[in-house]
Amino acid sequence: MAGHDELLKGLGLDVELHHKIFDSIDRIFRKTVLAQKDRPGRMAYFDDVIHGAHGARVQEIVERRAAGDKFIGTFCIYVPDELILALGAVPMALCGGTSLSIPYAEKVLPRDICPLVKSTLGLALSNTCPYGPIEDLAVGETTCDAKKKTWDILAAGGDFHVLEVPQKKGPRDRDLWHEEVVQFKVRLEETTGRTLEPEKLAAAVRLMNRKRRALARLNELRKEENPPLSGLDALVVMQGALVDDPLRFSERLEALNEELEDRVRRGLGVVPAGAKRIMVSGCPSVMGNWKLHHLIESAGAVVVCDETCTGTRYFSALVEERGGDLDAQIAAIAARYLTIDCSCFSPNDERIASVVRLARDHHVDGVVQYVLQYCHTYNVEAVRVASALKEAGVPSIKIVTDYSEEDTGQLRIRVEAFLEGLSR
Amino acid sequence: MAATDLFLGLDLGSRTTKLVEMAGGKVIRFDIFDTTHDSILKVRARLDRRDYARAAAAGYGRYLTSAHLDCRVVTEITACALGARFIDPAAGLVIDIGGQDSKVIQLGNGSGAFTEFEMNDRCAAGTGRFLEVMARLLGFSLEEFGRAACETDETVALSSMCTVFAESEVISLLASGCDRKAIARALHQSVADRIFPLAARFDARGDILMAGGVALDPCFVDLLATKLCRPIVVPPDPQLVTAVGAALAAAR
Ligand code: SF4
Ligand code: SF4
Repeated sequence: MAGHDELLKGLGLDVELHHKIFDSIDRIFRKTVLAQKDRPGRMAYFDDVIHGAHGARVQEIVERRAAGDKFIGTFCIYVPDELILALGAVPMALCGGTSLSIPYAEKVLPRDICPLVKSTLGLALSNTCPYGPIEDLAVGETTCDAKKKTWDILAAGGDFHVLEVPQKKGPRDRDLWHEEVVQFKVRLEETTGRTLEPEKLAAAVRLMNRKRRALARLNELRKEENPPLSGLDALVVMQGALVDDPLRFSERLEALNEELEDRVRRGLGVVPAGAKRIMVSGCPSVMGNWKLHHLIESAGAVVVCDETCTGTRYFSALVEERGGDLDAQIAAIAARYLTIDCSCFSPNDERIASVVRLARDHHVDGVVQYVLQYCHTYNVEAVRVASALKEAGVPSIKIVTDYSEEDTGQLRIRVEAFLEGLSR
Repeated sequence: MAATDLFLGLDLGSRTTKLVEMAGGKVIRFDIFDTTHDSILKVRARLDRRDYARAAAAGYGRYLTSAHLDCRVVTEITACALGARFIDPAAGLVIDIGGQDSKVIQLGNGSGAFTEFEMNDRCAAGTGRFLEVMARLLGFSLEEFGRAACETDETVALSSMCTVFAESEVISLLASGCDRKAIARALHQSVADRIFPLAARFDARGDILMAGGVALDPCFVDLLATKLCRPIVVPPDPQLVTAVGAALAAAR
């Protein structure tokens, strides 16, 4: 990391504070992810993605920009990356997973806002995020209230585009969302100074689908009786998906999948027989946040599925590969993104059904509903999810927490007790 | 006595450490002492020359203990549930209020120790610690505090359940000449109000059993039972329920 000091200084960052924050992320990474034993060799690449997120990847994007490409920051998996990629720009999710930047956000935001939003804004306000200064456009969306109003604050800092995500999924909502995707294309064409070409869009759709297929394959492997990969490592891969170059990422993930398939053939699993199989459902765990998965797995269980935005919500459903006509392609993209079952929708029956289906498909012993503190939509939806799971005979527990470490003792008791309760 | 029949249960709580020996399905010895930095040494001294088949530790200090003594680890949720079922086979719900947390556990009727549980989060309000701080503030010992609250029907309005704010509120009530007993009653009521929603969430079939040190406070048990519209069973040594359960977990 220190090797990139010049680069970071050149971007006008507070380098000292930057190091403090990223050393802490690194320390947590070492204590949790790297402390695991017998990891697949090809995870090394994804570890590098995490490490490089504040060095090598910044450098790479700086070079792309010097060559005329644009850099687009996003905060939600509702943003259609296909359009960005087809215009030769670089998309990247900039959500914050560190508690260290939160005090900088709390200088302006109320305290009772979810840690993901506070961490994200804190990174921007503390002048430590290297992606801020190189961003040509930031893209927010109208999912939850905390985000919506934070965009108003962030928008003062530069070019900002807000996508209106509807709250229902009826015909009018579909039209609205389709129109939003079309408008987004117009805005991206302005930002990049390029015109969207049908062949390039078709290629971007194929690329993103390739990435989704590789992630779905990984998800399949987690259904194995003794999964070849820990939940923590699967999470690291997912976090990488949000920041890495999609082509390189897909190639490396396909290679990892091969290694994992080989592990399955040789009967090499990550847990002793009888370890409890857990699904995490709810809020995302973005880079820097390994808290819950570490907690569950250090208690002897294994996370075999993530029904989150750093999990199935990100890669489920492909964009229909129509090719040809630009309008038809954009319609296919809009349709695919509106299948994402974020808790901001009402009703959201698709999600409830999907949680139960995933719990069955992955043969889970229990579900941990993960709620980032003050995230009202996932917190309230947890009520219906819990009763649907109960009806299906799957025990569940809800964990509400933030990014700090102060509640670790309490959480440990709750998670361990939940696991003990599963040992019948 | 056959050594293989002797099981040890430890409950290393934030305030007190409890130790229970069981043999032949009965508690044959127990001990309770304050938790301090050297609790492990105290535990060890008490274990001298005892020949246990197996031991298990629950509570905040469970990992520390298992690192020093040869014993299993079990959470206080499971241990409390096992203990409660052993002490009162008709129990359906346990309300355990300890020094630093409170929990409500629904007992299973199958082979599992429990089906669901709730814990209070990150806050001293609604725990034994709150009552302890308030008793001291009013110049009562814990026993006097509970008794005093029972001796009056009068109460005062308290606006805060937060330990910090309630403290200053109590001080100003005292300064304005309020009856200590009435304040004591109001403080008891505020903890009962805090525990009530945790407990009311469960459909309790069978007895409601209370465990933990606060169960020794008759006023509190009374107020909570009134609020729940159900009788509450208090076993002879409610602080030992979790340690008994740990001994049972050792025997499993
Ligand atoms: S939880 Fe909702 S708002 Fe957050 S990333 Fe997922 S889809 Fe977007
Ligand atoms: S976790 Fe919840 S509150 Fe936080 S940004 Fe996502 S949807 Fe909004």
